[in-house]
Amino acid sequence: MSSVFPASLSLWEIPRMLRFIITRLLLLPLLMLLFTVVVFALLQAPPGDFLTSYVAMLASSGSSMDAAQVEALRRQFGLDQPVHIRYLLWLGSIVRGDLGLSLEYQRPSSELIGERMLVTVLLALFAFALTWIVAIPAGIYSAMHKNTALDYLFAVLNYIGVATPNFMLALILMWVAFSNFGMMITGLFSPEYTQAPWSLGRFIDLLKHIWLPAIVLGVAGTARLTRIMRANLLDELNKPYVVTARAKGMPEWKLVIKYPVRLALSPIISTVGWYLPQLFSGSLIVATVMNLPNIGPLLLRSLIQQDMYLAGSILLIYCMLTIVGTLISDILLALFDPRIQMEGT
Amino acid sequence: MADEIQDADAPSSELSSKDEDRVSVASNWKLVWWRFRKNRLAVASAIVLLMFYAVVLVPDFFGNQDPEATDAFLAFIPVQRISFFDNTGFNPSVPDVVGTRNAVTLKMEWVPDETVRIPIALFVRGYKYKVLDLFETDIHLIDAKDPKSKGRPHFLGTDRLGRDQWSRMMFGTRTSMTVGLVAVALSMILGVLLGGISGYFGGWLDMVIQRVIELLQSLPTIPIWLMMTAALPQDWRPEQVFLAITIILAFIGWTTLAREIRGRFLSLREEDFILAAELAGCSHLRIILRHMVPAFTSHIIAASTLAIPVMIISETSLSFLGLGIRPPAISWGVLLQEAQNIQTVALAPWLMFPGLVVIIAVLAYNLVGDGLRDAADPYGH
Amino acid sequence: MNAQNGPLLSVRDLKTYFMMDEGVVKAVDGVSFDVHAGQIFGIVGESGCGKSVTVKSILRIVEAPGKIVHGQILLRRSRQDGTGGEEELDLAKLDARGQEIRSIRGAQIALIPQEPMASFSPVHTIGNQIVETIMLHQPIDRKAARNLACDMLKDVGVPMPERRLDEYSWQLSGGLRQRAIIAMALSCNPRLLIADEPTTAVDVTTQAQVLRLLRQLQRERNSAIIFITHDLGVIAQMADFVMVMYLGLVMEQGPVDDIFHAPKHPYTQALLRSIPSIRSQPRVSLPTISGSIPHPFNKPSGCPFHPRCIKRMPGRCDARTPALQAVGDKQLVSCFLYHDVEGSE
Repeated sequence: MSSVFPASLSLWEIPRMLRFIITRLLLLPLLMLLFTVVVFALLQAPPGDFLTSYVAMLASSGSSMDAAQVEALRRQFGLDQPVHIRYLLWLGSIVRGDLGLSLEYQRPSSELIGERMLVTVLLALFAFALTWIVAIPAGIYSAMHKNTALDYLFAVLNYIGVATPNFMLALILMWVAFSNFGMMITGLFSPEYTQAPWSLGRFIDLLKHIWLPAIVLGVAGTARLTRIMRANLLDELNKPYVVTARAKGMPEWKLVIKYPVRLALSPIISTVGWYLPQLFSGSLIVATVMNLPNIGPLLLRSLIQQDMYLAGSILLIYCMLTIVGTLISDILLALFDPRIQMEGT
Repeated sequence: MADEIQDADAPSSELSSKDEDRVSVASNWKLVWWRFRKNRLAVASAIVLLMFYAVVLVPDFFGNQDPEATDAFLAFIPVQRISFFDNTGFNPSVPDVVGTRNAVTLKMEWVPDETVRIPIALFVRGYKYKVLDLFETDIHLIDAKDPKSKGRPHFLGTDRLGRDQWSRMMFGTRTSMTVGLVAVALSMILGVLLGGISGYFGGWLDMVIQRVIELLQSLPTIPIWLMMTAALPQDWRPEQVFLAITIILAFIGWTTLAREIRGRFLSLREEDFILAAELAGCSHLRIILRHMVPAFTSHIIAASTLAIPVMIISETSLSFLGLGIRPPAISWGVLLQEAQNIQTVALAPWLMFPGLVVIIAVLAYNLVGDGLRDAADPYGH
Repeated sequence: MNAQNGPLLSVRDLKTYFMMDEGVVKAVDGVSFDVHAGQIFGIVGESGCGKSVTVKSILRIVEAPGKIVHGQILLRRSRQDGTGGEEELDLAKLDARGQEIRSIRGAQIALIPQEPMASFSPVHTIGNQIVETIMLHQPIDRKAARNLACDMLKDVGVPMPERRLDEYSWQLSGGLRQRAIIAMALSCNPRLLIADEPTTAVDVTTQAQVLRLLRQLQRERNSAIIFITHDLGVIAQMADFVMVMYLGLVMEQGPVDDIFHAPKHPYTQALLRSIPSIRSQPRVSLPTISGSIPHPFNKPSGCPFHPRCIKRMPGRCDARTPALQAVGDKQLVSCFLYHDVEGSE
């Protein structure tokens, strides 16, 4: 495969690449600062705060708290300070690496997030890998065998895949499994491993259960990617350099992969960075429906309950993932397509 | 010395000049329409969408019961299958249901009773309603022949509060299909405005707007919705919530359209015909409105049509989570809330039907949007 | 022109049709010609006359839905079974994706494509692509292939060839790109070169350089060249033998002097008349050929040129198609003015 990915950086280009990466990395803190402001503003937007919803929750279940108790709690949580003070306090702790205390769970946010991080990342990676492993070959096949029966079949599947909201797919799959096979496909672990500490056994159990949520998460992305791959490749297949390669005597499959596929992949590579944060957020609804212990339900609940520190921390992590993801895309694209390096000048 | 080449009276063997004329004077829109018409799948999808919007206009006509009438006694009635023929000939009817109370859960369980049948017919008189606030009528598309019959046809069953799903579906369609349209219309306005300014004027204005767009796009969309919808007071009327939801969706969706429009403006700006217009002394406004906008209107329409299904899915997801359109307003997402967990779904799978309708609507919009995009692009395949 | 015992390439009654939804396009409808070793054979005609499809048929790289439906393409080469002597291989009968034709493409018959910029892959270096050609057909290692590529670039007059090998096509100037693509075509020393409009995409100065280069290389290596162009001036400079095509059929064929000084076919005559000349009378309209090329689905009956021909004979020219017949020592023409033989359908 060395012909598909030639080492395309010659000596005089490396400094430019480094400069490019360093500039972006330097911008990172600035962007994150901007994000803290936006996130904080969003968190403050709903009326009331954690205590108001907590009190409401207590009221609906029959108990209550008197005003003095509420005030004391408010002071304890620092919720009585003016807005800008609260922001600065929060910013200060973030910079120190302290993600704050979850008001609802009364545990450090970092702990809560950390517990679920592995699962979240694994799920996202699985869905990502599945998407690419299926979509790229399917797109190539569809373009090479345009308008054949299989191409039409793929097209139909793609259209339906894009049109189906992922939580619908989850519901349907769960229903099918339940009514036909009596299986309950919720959660990511078998009962005995749910609360257990991490071990090899738990990991293997996770792998056994992760494929279905990964499929549900990945379906829409796979469908979209297949269509894009097919369209890009069709664009490239008629170009003169393909004819030239064929006229040189190259075998068909080899020349397709080395030339038009490579060029068709170029614009797609630049979107790689968007996948990870998308999977992160896309899993939110699916996780709720399928009862998956990843960050999604945690974020949802913390937002509804206005658990400020927890929600804020998760959102900031998310924003950072997005920026890093974009940076990775750009680096990958520059490596993959030498023309970009020229355009940058 | 040049020879004279007489113009030979050659029988023209090319496209007849009449056809050529027709093509050359056809306006851009006519050409787009002709190309679109050739795409049969897109045309079929457009017809499906028109049917959806017929429901949007008069949901009462298509439904046959009060969508909000609850009756816990009638909970979870399954879908009643229509049979078209019986021993008297063509006589469409629906089996009535008979209920037994489950001794353990004390809940009613309904099964179809094939012996008692409710005849149904088209264009039957039912409850009164107003069409578009203009005139009153009481005709419904399909209902029991005898409006006073005790058994009611439930074409899509009932939910846990005994509400007829068929009628609720019609009202849900009205909300969901409208939210998408309005949200995209708002996005389009924002997108054209900001994308246009960005692309046409360039410079620092462009830079600022672009950075803002990037910032907005980097923010995770779902949490943004959640925050903004959670910020809506609980006591707002459904219509206000509806308006707020569409504005929120538009607020998030305009960035994609803006980027597309900016791209178009940027590439158009370099075209020679724009230079010619500038040299002729046209003002900025005239150039934009008369020269640039017509060049990409069809593309923008195609892009907008493709943005609508995204809005529909967004609204459905939001409402599904309980954070969007709130009951008693009805939308597909609200309907799907009833099917949120596996237990309910296992008991009453017909509650998932709104999901199927979502898929069909989104599919139709995608096919029409793709068809428009292919028809609008003169250099397409 | 060398005296040989037979032509290097012999095309006999080649018919290549495109089966489209709207009908059949007879792009090449019965073309025959011979190319001898060391000869420069020019094919001239308007756009759409079938010149490109003819040479693509020779290389068997006609795109779907095109197919060779009739005829032979006989290539003379030394026997493959080691018994010495020569054989004639019918390229039309080979599998278009098979090993046999692939070993001929690039090695025995090479294509110089029309647009050098678009004919190189923009994401692979020039060196990568030339070395690839060499290694496809010669059993040498990469290092030796690279040296060979370097020599080739030197031969075609590219300065600093070592450095150019590691550059991309878009980093070279137009003239250098042209030379590089010629180098790639010549890298395996083919016996027959097909130059598809090599001067159309370049300016006049570069055109002169390219033509000079081709003539020089042809003399040095004694390769035959099939030279396609619509520029009669270039044909006059380069070709030994000329074939005039129109709507998929041969109108006239012959040595360049005969064609230019004693054209027989009315089409050839009209073409030559329409060349602007520095010697023509001032203020006289440039003679043109009336009418325009018919739509491929609406080919005229009988002789394809008759609707635009000033010498047509109603009743004959519109009813039957003339065959290619000799009218002199080496000149062939298909016109009822000179003979009465019909072509096969």
